[in-house]
Amino acid sequence: MILSTSLNSSTYSFIDKLKAIDYFLIIIVAIIGSVSVFAIYSTESGNFSFYTKNHLNRFLVFFSMFLVLSFVRVSTWYKQAYIFYILGILLLLLVIFFGISASGSKRWINLFIMNLQPSEPMKIAIIVCFARYYHRIQNSDIQSYKYLLQPIILLLVPCYLVITQPDLGTAILIAGSGLAIIWLAGLNLKYFIYSGLILLVSLPFVISILKPYQKSRILTFFNPDRDPLGAGYQIIQSKIAIGSGGLLGKGFLQGTQSYLEFLPEKHTDFIFTLFSEEFGFVGSMLLILLYALLIYRIIWIGFSSRSFFAKLYCFGFASALFLYIFVNIAMVVGLLPIVGAPLPIMSYGGSSMLSIMLGLSIVMSCKIYSRDPIGN
Amino acid sequence: MIKKTGDLNKNKIISRRLFVLIAAKIGLLGVVTSRLYNLQISQKQKYQVLSDKNRIREWKTPPQRGIITDYFNNIIADNKRVYQVHLSLEEVSNFNNSIFKLKNIISLKEDEIKKIYEKKEKSKPWDTLVISENLSWKEFSKLNLYLHELEGAKPVLSTSRYYPYSNDLAHVVGYVGDATTADIQYRKKIEENFVPGLKVGKIGIENSKDTDLIGNHGTKRYEVNASGKKISEISYNKETQGENLRTTIDLEIQQLAQELLKNQAGSICVMDIYTGEVIAMASSPTFDPNKFTHGISTKDWNEIKNNKLRPLLNKSLAGLYSPGSTIKPLVALAALEYGIIDTKFKVNCKGHDHPYELYGERYHCWKKNGHGWMSMRNAIKQSCDIYFYEVARLLGVDKLSLIAKRYGLGSKVLEDFFSEEKKGIIPSTKWKKQVLEQSWYLGETVITGIGQGYIQTTPLQLCLMTAQLANGGYKIKPNLIYDKEIDLDIIKSKIESEKNRSVSQNILKDHEFEYYERLHRNPNNLKLVLDAMYGSTNEQFGTSFRSRHKEDKYKFAGKTGTSQVKRITDQDRELDLDLEEIEYKSRDHALFIAFAPYDKPRYSLSVLIEHGGSGSKAAAPLAKKLIKKILDRHEVREKIRKDLKNIA
Repeated sequence: MILSTSLNSSTYSFIDKLKAIDYFLIIIVAIIGSVSVFAIYSTESGNFSFYTKNHLNRFLVFFSMFLVLSFVRVSTWYKQAYIFYILGILLLLLVIFFGISASGSKRWINLFIMNLQPSEPMKIAIIVCFARYYHRIQNSDIQSYKYLLQPIILLLVPCYLVITQPDLGTAILIAGSGLAIIWLAGLNLKYFIYSGLILLVSLPFVISILKPYQKSRILTFFNPDRDPLGAGYQIIQSKIAIGSGGLLGKGFLQGTQSYLEFLPEKHTDFIFTLFSEEFGFVGSMLLILLYALLIYRIIWIGFSSRSFFAKLYCFGFASALFLYIFVNIAMVVGLLPIVGAPLPIMSYGGSSMLSIMLGLSIVMSCKIYSRDPIGN
Repeated sequence: MIKKTGDLNKNKIISRRLFVLIAAKIGLLGVVTSRLYNLQISQKQKYQVLSDKNRIREWKTPPQRGIITDYFNNIIADNKRVYQVHLSLEEVSNFNNSIFKLKNIISLKEDEIKKIYEKKEKSKPWDTLVISENLSWKEFSKLNLYLHELEGAKPVLSTSRYYPYSNDLAHVVGYVGDATTADIQYRKKIEENFVPGLKVGKIGIENSKDTDLIGNHGTKRYEVNASGKKISEISYNKETQGENLRTTIDLEIQQLAQELLKNQAGSICVMDIYTGEVIAMASSPTFDPNKFTHGISTKDWNEIKNNKLRPLLNKSLAGLYSPGSTIKPLVALAALEYGIIDTKFKVNCKGHDHPYELYGERYHCWKKNGHGWMSMRNAIKQSCDIYFYEVARLLGVDKLSLIAKRYGLGSKVLEDFFSEEKKGIIPSTKWKKQVLEQSWYLGETVITGIGQGYIQTTPLQLCLMTAQLANGGYKIKPNLIYDKEIDLDIIKSKIESEKNRSVSQNILKDHEFEYYERLHRNPNNLKLVLDAMYGSTNEQFGTSFRSRHKEDKYKFAGKTGTSQVKRITDQDRELDLDLEEIEYKSRDHALFIAFAPYDKPRYSLSVLIEHGGSGSKAAAPLAKKLIKKILDRHEVREKIRKDLKNIA
């Protein structure tokens, strides 16, 4: 009883907590973070200036935040999950009224210290929210219409708000992360098949309501040479950069495509292109391996967690992370249309860095407080 | 307990579902990996090339033209250092503004500015525009002073074509100018080496030998960024200068010839009678080819174009004239060769009261009182027309035409070297049928005998004809560019062996001759004709007696000619006006052909003065001065010939 109380009463000594920290995860994140700083440094042709400084500062700040927030109890995340979600929705609504517009879309709000892109933390909020949602539901109840409809609404609201910004890429990532959790929670396969079929049938309609630039991106995806200097330019130049990198790459700071400014968006969405041009196939595979280890570790933490919430969250976050990485790389190698999705940690951008670090801190919290019973 | 089993159940499901997700992830990872493999390993070459195409841009650098010299290595077409200002378009933010600023510093005329805007339309955003090709030193230093205010402007030290003896060789050397679209399209060498601002030969040697003179452009390869800005030079394949050319021209003789023609329209040609080297080829009036290098101004162009004496026409080879009496030695030779006449054959020239008559038409001699009984030697010496009317009638135009063509008339002397060279006309019965679709009249034969009528020759053809008579009747190869294959000693030995070759009567039939092949049947016939020409210059009553050299070493033989521009009427004959009283355009052309020195002939020449009156008064005196110069230069020329042979 005493033992059980001591386990359940959730009293952790500081030493316990330090011991429970997953140093493997921290090291992997630190390595990817360092690589990212060098990559951004290379986008500035080896000058330690604006982007590199900013990126380094952000990484250091948000990495520290990750470490600090790791000590927030996982039960707290559980309790505040809906608040987190509602906060995310509110921020998205704020964008509509007070948002900052840039190149035709309204995605950011000014928080004085930084311009926040609320759709980024929404990616995490949806996972936390769904993890909590499914934590309590009995497996048999999941298939009922009530429990089917509720999460769909929870998912559609942020997706709609993000699409109208417009930001198709992030909306797809939010939807993908949500669907991954719904899948993990055990929703019957047939629903996925049905919705997949419905999506396929409604595709022509969806395409017809897309913005012209979104349509052009999709058409360009199928044939980049349609408009090599316009819509197809990015993907053509990106493929040239990656392809010319070859087996071992052109070497650090030697990527001519990015150095000579042929590569657009090189510090954000196309950072993988630059990396791949300079470090080649081998470098790319090593970077992908780092990400795979990160995902593996998150899944491992999920396995070693006792609570269903923690499992669901870790598996969900790991899947979401995989989705971000896959969409970004598939996009720059020309396997998917250019939709605007950053590469986690590597890409320049505060909001993305913030949400990834936030997501990781919850994972770490799951590890540190793995014995916390939740929701009883 | 229910909850517990529920939890267990849930854990089982989530594990199974996770397994499916992981499998999917591994699958997708495989897709990405194979894509990367495909791009970076399988298609590396393709993307490497595309990447280089992106980053490397080539700039062509203009080649320098080869230098042209005369036979003695005097430079007659040079590359001069010039000061230019170029504008690098990629560095210019406001083109109009830049031009306005430049206009205030260097003098730019309105039409020049218009041309700059036209050029700008055609160039690419990273091109460099030549704003001014030839700045004065003053302008250039001023430009350097204000350079900081002129974005994109570059002071450039360049070279451009320069002709140090401007007017003296305008027609021979020609001039250069900007390549036209047609030049680029139809001339491979220009197309291959085209660089904006490249100068190409327009006329003369500059044009004929353009392929050799242009050289090869260089290539500078730069790494550029996406907006085309040069980042660094990768490689520089240096341009090569065009071949240097040595001509056969003797600058001093050419200059004298040009000087002699001053203020008159005409031509002087000088040729080596063995090697066929064109030693001088002057045409007057002339012009300054330097004016064309940077684009001639409208004023200068109009001045040249509107000059009635046609300075642009190279009269030596594109001017057509009736040969007049200069044809007579050839007529005599033809008649001797065919055995129509012998030296004893005589005709009586009885003056204007008793002209030569044929089918009711009357043909006069130039000499009012007549020459009396004329033999061949005297007829050539005194240039009796009546004698040649009769000889021509007996000979027939077709035999005359055959011999005339054999000695160089009626075809291009320098073949295709000059595009403007004319063939002239050597009429025959067949020619008239084909071209004019009319039958030949005997009367036409008669006047052809004194070089009038349809017959048309260029001064250079007359010079070649004289050369091939003077060398004893052997075909030579005229040339203007020094050719080491043409060797005097070899030619002389060839001629020597030809001399002793026995020839049949067939030689008088129409056929092609090899170079240095014997053109005549009987060497004595040539001797007779040349001797008669000697008489014409060196004996009393000879038509060019007053222009003779008394000193033995300068002695030459010649034949005057006066070519009618219009038919002489009886009224004209009555009036017998002095030259000054006749309208310029109606005056006769004065001609003279000669070879020298007489005892050992080596050089031939022809002089033509348009509307100069009589050959003996206008043309022969020029030949006298020129021959002295030519013979004085003989030793030096032969020394150079030996030197060149030794080098080879």
